[in-house]
Parts: sequence; structure tokens; C-alpha cells
Amino acid sequence: MIAIGMEGSANKIGVGIMLHPKDGSPPKVLANIRHTYVSPPGEGFLPKDTARHHRAWVVKLVRSALKEARVSVEDVDCICFTKGPGMGAPLQSVAVAARMMSLLWAKALVGVNHCVGHIEMGRLITGATNPVVLYVSGGNTQVIAYSSQRYRIFGETLDIAVGNCLDRFARTLHISNDPAPGYNIEQLAKQGKQLVDLPYVVKGMDCSFSGILAAIDALAAKWGLDGEERAREDVAETTSEEAQGEGSGRKPSRADLCFSLQETVYSMLVEITERAMAHVGSKQVLIVGGVGSNERLQEMMSIMARDRGGSVYATDERFCIDNGIMIAQAGMLAYQTGFRTPLKESTCTQRFRTDEVFVEWRDD
Amino acid sequence: MADDYKPPALPAPFTNTRPAPELLTQGAEAHLYKTVSLDPSIPAALKIRPFKPYRHPILDRRLTRQRIIQEARCLAKLVREGVSVPGVLALDWEGQGGDEGGWGGAWLMMEWIDGPVVRVVLEKWEAWMKKNASSLDSAQLQHEEARVKDLLRRIGKTLGALHKAGVVHGDLTTSNLMLRTPPQVSDCGPTGVSMEGEIVLIDFGLASQSMQDEDRAVDLYVLERAIGSTHPRSEPLMEEMVHGYRESHRGATSTLKRLEDVRMRGRKRSMIG
Repeated sequence: MIAIGMEGSANKIGVGIMLHPKDGSPPKVLANIRHTYVSPPGEGFLPKDTARHHRAWVVKLVRSALKEARVSVEDVDCICFTKGPGMGAPLQSVAVAARMMSLLWAKALVGVNHCVGHIEMGRLITGATNPVVLYVSGGNTQVIAYSSQRYRIFGETLDIAVGNCLDRFARTLHISNDPAPGYNIEQLAKQGKQLVDLPYVVKGMDCSFSGILAAIDALAAKWGLDGEERAREDVAETTSEEAQGEGSGRKPSRADLCFSLQETVYSMLVEITERAMAHVGSKQVLIVGGVGSNERLQEMMSIMARDRGGSVYATDERFCIDNGIMIAQAGMLAYQTGFRTPLKESTCTQRFRTDEVFVEWRDD
Repeated sequence: MADDYKPPALPAPFTNTRPAPELLTQGAEAHLYKTVSLDPSIPAALKIRPFKPYRHPILDRRLTRQRIIQEARCLAKLVREGVSVPGVLALDWEGQGGDEGGWGGAWLMMEWIDGPVVRVVLEKWEAWMKKNASSLDSAQLQHEEARVKDLLRRIGKTLGALHKAGVVHGDLTTSNLMLRTPPQVSDCGPTGVSMEGEIVLIDFGLASQSMQDEDRAVDLYVLERAIGSTHPRSEPLMEEMVHGYRESHRGATSTLKRLEDVRMRGRKRSMIG
């Protein structure tokens, strides 16, 4: 059986084609392509611009995905699309495209929860059977574990998502959004040495990032490290930094701020994940979502897991960052249990909690 | 992989304790050992917060030090106020017990509490009910439900006492609630799971001193969600905990009002950002 997955909940539009062979052998990714809407440094992506981008690219992407997968429309069984959560306008534009394809080709529609898509794709790629899932992206921060046919949220952010915190600090520093602001923060952080004091907010298994963002924005302003001018000096700064030495009292650099921000927020994430692992008694961790492609986060997580006698499962950017194939995968699992989304109900929603989905395809 | 796992070395002075402290559980932040205090006949709980290698060392020391002092202060205060928590026997927040006086992890030694954690009690009960509930008649079912309700009410009451004393726990889960085994158990029901005994609050690693409704309400909300996610069968009975809490002290009403706000926020916040 073949499913097309359509994803567009944020600034990426992705189309994926997934094959579940009838003989029960492992599913195959036939195509997984994506295009990202990149906003200029210092700016985030606005819903209307992002939606316009998705509308402009969707037909092209579906065409090339079908071509890459070497399947014809007749072979396709269902069209899966992201029902939510995400930004309204981009979600809508992709839902409209999915609806149109379903009518045009007379294929069943399957509405998919974006977070469940991430989890199912992570499970498929890594082979983790029943992990504690850390789902971290620009819009979501959740620690999830499976229990009686629901992906239950054990901990989550109390305000903004961790990726949003990183993205917005990148805007403060006028760091490029290409390929992703978080990626560029990670690169800059590699040169950072000095750890500045930032709030560390863990409440039980929940955490909060907005205060950290305010604190580090204030630090950047205090040391005059924000804005466009300073962004040009990033390259020059690294060389002069060596001469300054490592004294803890010295003025922090832009790299130091990125370093400190990463160390602090990732420590919080690893801590709440460890807490959930201890609570449910699991030894596997699966990291999904865009922030999950950060290598420092993966490294910290694997140290934690090793000390608990467990292991980390992470994927690379193809599957971590929003993509169409994960929607196809989760949609296909639901489709095989008989789940369909009638045209009437093929709406999308900005708020769609992970634990609202009845996970019929798992019975452990 | 789990088999060749070795916990970090014990800090001094526990390297010389005979018998050697016995590792009970590895929590998220700390290792819990059973050891003895002063005399081999007096059992004690030893909580060691080892160095977390994933964290930046400066951040790690800051957090560990803050938390262990905070925990000891809260426990000491609660013991004074008569809330049922383990008493503090000794601690080292500088963690000087490593090799050659180096960082060996901070530790806290506490009174030993005999009994199971509520998580295990509810899990056993739920597992039994899942398998055998159909064999019970309605009177027995009601009795079983009443026992869980009573347990939850007592939990609510204990939390009321905690908050009245001016402390919020910060990490309420059913793993952090113990049931002190009473000298005699009279009612195990057909499930064989006793729910009697005094509720004892443990693990104050994230506790803080606060009298604010917001903090108290978040405390209750965290527990509510923890029960919802680990004990689905007991979730519908949550109202009982709220009842127990309401009766416990005068500030409870305004806290519970705030709890409703917090619940709403919890549902809405899911996808913002």
C-alpha cells in the first residue's frame, strides 16, 4: 500500500511517499522532499507569507515526489495530511491541496496529528520499540511516553517552545535563518567557552523558556551584542577571543551567549527526559523534532542515557525536521486500522494535542 | 546493556560504612541507598546527587548545591510543622567526599520510612482490577473504589498540610508519595493490596517555600497529570483528592480556584509558540 504525506504546519512544506509492502516486509521511503521558507535575518516567518510559499510550491513538490518514487497516481491508496497542530494559514493551504488531490484522484483522506507523525517516523527509522520521546521543535516541547493506546504527555513547556526560544534569540543576534536559525546558533556556540548565569526553570517534568529568553536578550543588550552590526563581526570575533583568555569575569561574546543558552536549555530538556525515564522505568529515549537534530543535545542525551544503562535513538535532519514522509507513515498506520477522514471533516486545527489521538495501531 | 551498569562510586564517609549502603533506586537526579545511621540497628535513607556529566560543570555544581540545601531546609521546616516527611539526619552540600576531597556528589541522609510508594500500590491495584474486575460483584467493586477514593482523599489532606506549612513540593508524582506500613493491616480487599497507612511525602529535590496560590495550584496540577498518565483507572477518582485537599486548610478554596485556571492553561498552551 502506498501513502502520500503532505506536511506544512510551519515554514517547511514536505511531500513524502511511503510504501508498506503487502507481504509485511519493512516499510520503504519512496520519496521525501521538502522546501523551506527562509525569512531574512532578524525576522521570523509570518503565517501569510509562509502560506503563500506553500501554495506556490505544493504542486511542484507533489509532481517531483511522484516522479522520484516512480509511482503513478493509480498506485496510491491514501492522501495523508497534517491536521494540526501548527500555524493556521500554512496548515490550511496544505489541507486544501490534500483535499483537492483526494477529489481529483478519488483517494481516501487521512488527517494526521503532526506530533504523532514525528513519533511514528522516529520509531520506524530507529527501531526503538517503546521509548520515552522527547519532541522538541520550534512549536512544541514535550516529553511523551506511550501507555494504553495514547501517547501521553508527561512534561511540556509551560510557555514557548525550546525551538522558539532559540529562533528568537537568533533574531536578537541577527543570525541567519538559512538553513535554520537553530543550526547557526549551534555552529556559533561551538566557539563559546564562558558560561553565563541564566535562569534554569524546571518544574517537575515541565519546563519554561520565556524567562530564559528575556534574560539572555537583556544580557545581549547589556553587552551590546545584539543587532545587525554585530552580526557581521562573528567571524572576526573568534580570532580576537583567543587572546582574551578564559577568565570568568570578562565580557561574554556572542558565541558565549549561544553556548550558555544551549547548555542551559538542553540541560533542562535532558533533565525532564531523565525524570520521565525514571518515572516510567524506560531505558530508551527517542529524540524527534527539528531541535532534535542538534548534535550537542544528542550528545548530552546519550551521556545521560549511558549513565542509566540505556540508549538514545535520534534521526538526522531528513526525518527530524518536519517532513512529508512522517505524515505518510503515521497516516498509513491509521489507514490500515480502517481510519478515514471524510471530506467534511478534513479541516485543520492549530491546537491538537498529542494525547487526543487514539493509537489504534499499537496494542502493547 | 543494563547489566554492566555501575553506579558512581560512593563519596566518603560512606566508603567505609559496614555493611555497605545498598542501592535501592536510581532516580532522575539522585541515587537512593539504604544505609545505617550511628548504630547498625537504625536504618537510614541516603540520597546522593552524583555529578551529572552531561551538564556543564559550573551549572551542575550550582544546581546540585542549590537543590540539596533547599531540600534539607524544606524537610527541616516540615518536620517542625508536623507534616509527615522523613527527618534530616546529615548532609554535605559541598560534595567534598570524592577522591582526594574532590567533587563526589552532594548527599543527604534521612530517616528511613518503611512502606511502598503509592505508584506501586496503585499499579498493583490497577493490574489486579484489569484482570479480575469482572469477577467482583457490585458491592465489592464499590468497596474497592471506596478504598482508592479514601487513599486519594488522604493524599489530598497531606498535600493540604504541606501547603499550609508554606512549602510546595515541585515534583509531585505517585512515586514521591509513600505509604508508611502500619503495625497491623486490617483490610486488603479481594485484590490483596493494602491502602492503609500514613501518607509520607518524599523527594523534596524541587521543593521551594511559597504561600502563593499559583505555586500550590501548579503542584496539584502536576500530580493530577502524573496520576492521569500513570494510573488511567484511578484518574476518574481524582475529585477525591481535591475534596481531601479542600477540607485540609483555609487557604485551600482559593488554591483550588486557581487550579481550574491552571488546568485550562494546560490544555490551551499545548500548541502555542
